[in-house]
Amino acid sequence: MITLTINGLEATVDEGTTVLEAARFLGLPIPTLCHMEGLSPYGACRLCVVEIGEGPKAKIVSSCTYPAQDGLRVRTSSARVVRARKMVLELLLASCPQSKTIQDLASFHNVRQQRFRQEHDDCILCGLCVRMCEEQMMAKAIGFRGRGQTRSIGTPFDVRSEACRLCGGCMYVCPACQLRCTYTEPDKAVCGGCANLSPPCVDIESFDDMMCYMSPCVACETAAH
Amino acid sequence: MQKLSTIEEFQDLQGRLLSERDPSVPTIVIPAGTCGQASGANDLIRVAKRELLARGLTDKNNVRLRVTGCHGFCEAEPSVLVEPDGTFYPKVNAQKMARIVQAVAEQKTLDDLLYIDPATGERVKRQSDVPFFKTQVRTILGRNEKVDPIRIYNYLESGGYSAFVGALTQGEPRWAIEQVKESGLRGRGGAGFPAGLKWELLAAQRNGHGKSLVCNADEGDPGAYMDRSVLEGNPHSILEGMLIGGYATGANEGVIYVRAEYPLAIKHLVIALRQCHELGLLGENILGTGFSFDISIVKGAGAFVCGEETALIRSIEGKMGEPRQRPPFPVQKGIEGKPTAINNVETWANIPVIIAEGAETFSKVGTKGNTGTKIFSLVGKIRNTGLVEVPMGITINDIVTKIGGGPAGRAKIKAVQTGGPSGGCIPVKRFDLPIDYDSLAEAGSIMGSGGMIVADEHTCMVDVSKYFMGFLTDESCGKCFTCRKGIQRMHEILEDVCEGRGTLDQLDLLEELATVVKDATMCGLGQTASNPVLSTLRYFRDEYVEHIVNQRCPAGVCKALVSYSINDECTGCMLCTKSCPENAISGVKKERHSIDTGKCIRCGACVTVCEFEAIDVA
Ligand SMILES: Cc1cc2nc3c(=O)[nH]c(=O)nc-3n(C[C@H](O)[C@H](O)[C@H](O)COP(=O)(O)O)c2cc1C
Ligand code: FES
Repeated sequence: MITLTINGLEATVDEGTTVLEAARFLGLPIPTLCHMEGLSPYGACRLCVVEIGEGPKAKIVSSCTYPAQDGLRVRTSSARVVRARKMVLELLLASCPQSKTIQDLASFHNVRQQRFRQEHDDCILCGLCVRMCEEQMMAKAIGFRGRGQTRSIGTPFDVRSEACRLCGGCMYVCPACQLRCTYTEPDKAVCGGCANLSPPCVDIESFDDMMCYMSPCVACETAAH
Repeated sequence: MQKLSTIEEFQDLQGRLLSERDPSVPTIVIPAGTCGQASGANDLIRVAKRELLARGLTDKNNVRLRVTGCHGFCEAEPSVLVEPDGTFYPKVNAQKMARIVQAVAEQKTLDDLLYIDPATGERVKRQSDVPFFKTQVRTILGRNEKVDPIRIYNYLESGGYSAFVGALTQGEPRWAIEQVKESGLRGRGGAGFPAGLKWELLAAQRNGHGKSLVCNADEGDPGAYMDRSVLEGNPHSILEGMLIGGYATGANEGVIYVRAEYPLAIKHLVIALRQCHELGLLGENILGTGFSFDISIVKGAGAFVCGEETALIRSIEGKMGEPRQRPPFPVQKGIEGKPTAINNVETWANIPVIIAEGAETFSKVGTKGNTGTKIFSLVGKIRNTGLVEVPMGITINDIVTKIGGGPAGRAKIKAVQTGGPSGGCIPVKRFDLPIDYDSLAEAGSIMGSGGMIVADEHTCMVDVSKYFMGFLTDESCGKCFTCRKGIQRMHEILEDVCEGRGTLDQLDLLEELATVVKDATMCGLGQTASNPVLSTLRYFRDEYVEHIVNQRCPAGVCKALVSYSINDECTGCMLCTKSCPENAISGVKKERHSIDTGKCIRCGACVTVCEFEAIDVA
């Protein structure tokens, strides 16, 4: 067993637990984007950062990948952490403003400005889909390629992989997915409820045999009433 | 080559080679590393061989020829060094080479070919008196002169592998670790982690599947080539260092991770490895001591990020070069889960020196806490470019003025950039700073692997940080969002500033962003990526402001913010009119010309050709 201190509270956890899990065990909220239970920690979005150590040796690490260690002192919302987190959200908003997940996070953390040139990317390369496909669907149909600004997710040579079973798992986990939200035609969409003012899936008949991944989205809730 | 199976056999062989050596035989030494070959050293070798044959000087006891790796003075290459008196001939061509061979045969010196000291105008005969070499302490580079990298006997003759055998005869692996610890050697790859401590940590690891050592020869910093020169010029010193490390830490395999862009280094390493196998210095049961160790080469595809330890390990494993969270550190979990110690090329090259000469002798060079020498590649707007090896703690000023010989042109030097893309700029007012890991970090830069780029008044510091951000937008692995997107956004803002669209608010945003990127990124690449931006903001903020407020680039580099005009110095020589690709310069002979700023594309061709400094860029 390992004992560490988070925001002054002591937590005793099993060996191999991450700082994020330890914090959640104590009920301390840490925002995440690229982390998902059941998938291996990846540490790409940098939203879950926390501060560890003391004095000049204090540093910022991603809690989802950092292993809990005996005697570790963690602060989950110091000024330094908040500054980093807000900048990450501002950068996310600047790249991918249409994602509801990102909008909600930004609003929750009181990010009120976006000072960079506005872009409209579809993908933030959080890698959830890649890990979902590999670790839960055992398909390894998609992966990363390239580095730096040309890094992207896809299949070799952009040809659909034979390993892909069209399970939709990648779309299900995507926090910025466009496939789900921009199409208004039922035969192309899975659901569009969250983004459209007049949600298409209210017309339940035409979406009948399609899987809807949004655990009750605005549309469903409205429809139910 | 006969395989040696005991330590005595090794000592016999080395003793025999040493006794056969006659240092008084005149020897023509031609440095032919990649840099030497590029400037024509291969022709010199050909001419020298032909001349020696033509004059019948084939007896080894008359005149010898030795082809070596780079000696460091790249500015003067192709050059020739004549032993034993150390005569130095810079910028030799085929005709001069023929004359040199003759002079050597007749034991004469060719005064008209000697190096001219630009400060005094006098000719200097001996290499050691040339100002570029005088202030250096060439522990590692000096050995490049002594050995032909593809001949193991040459290395043995200069005392090679005796440090390894010395460590073996101690019978106690810990002894070598103690020596390295005592020497105070810090890793030369950038972070300056004590090498002895890393070895101790590795030695303490227990693992049934073996442990590994890695030589990090990825060297991705633009403008840095120290490691290449050591690998090319003295590959056996790296192998010897790794053998000592293997024996000391109980590792059973070594990997040299070298970038594929270094074909000559790879060739020399492959030859060196083959020779070691043939001689029985690598493989099973080395020299009958029961110690087994083998070394392999892995070629990297040239991604800067693969120099980072954890990315390097993944790359060796055949995966995508992407860093991962530490802990666990490589000494706990490295290649295929085996404990692994990674050291830089120069660190490994220092090991045999420490073991052979003793930790105490080694630690006398340099300062307390920063012992030994460090090789820098001195490039940029400086007269003497090349590789310089200096004791730690020497000031930047000494390197720039004494060794570098001051500015290359008339413009004054204003800063040096150390540490490559992860480093920062140090302004001239801080040139009294001693060069060691701690002082450079305090000044906002890092030692890095040893790149040192000199900037003068014609260098725009905003442009410099833009260059490095551009480099890193391509070279970040792209995994961490803050590193990938943060660097892209910094580059975007710097582009705005250079093109006259910047605002003062953006400058604050840039600083804020740079601080967060430094803070919140996982690996060393992102954590240091902001250094060029933060250090130029710290020392050269006025240049940024000048770009934004007055729409002016003081160095005359940022094309969108400069205009070209011709001043009174113009003699009307017409050279610039002919060089202008846009026909933007008009004028008649012997009268002052003028530039049509509407047509001018600010390519700078006129500035390059003008011999009278008649073109103003402002
Ligand atoms: C982005 C990045 C690039 C690096 N590139 C190199 C390199 O090219 N060569 C090198 O020896 N070390 C490089 N390093 C440092 C290594 O990670 C590591 O610290 C070093 O090889 C350890 O050896 P040392 O203890 O002998 O210095 C790099 C580090 C980072 C973060
Ligand atoms: S949730 Fe930890 S980095 Fe994304």
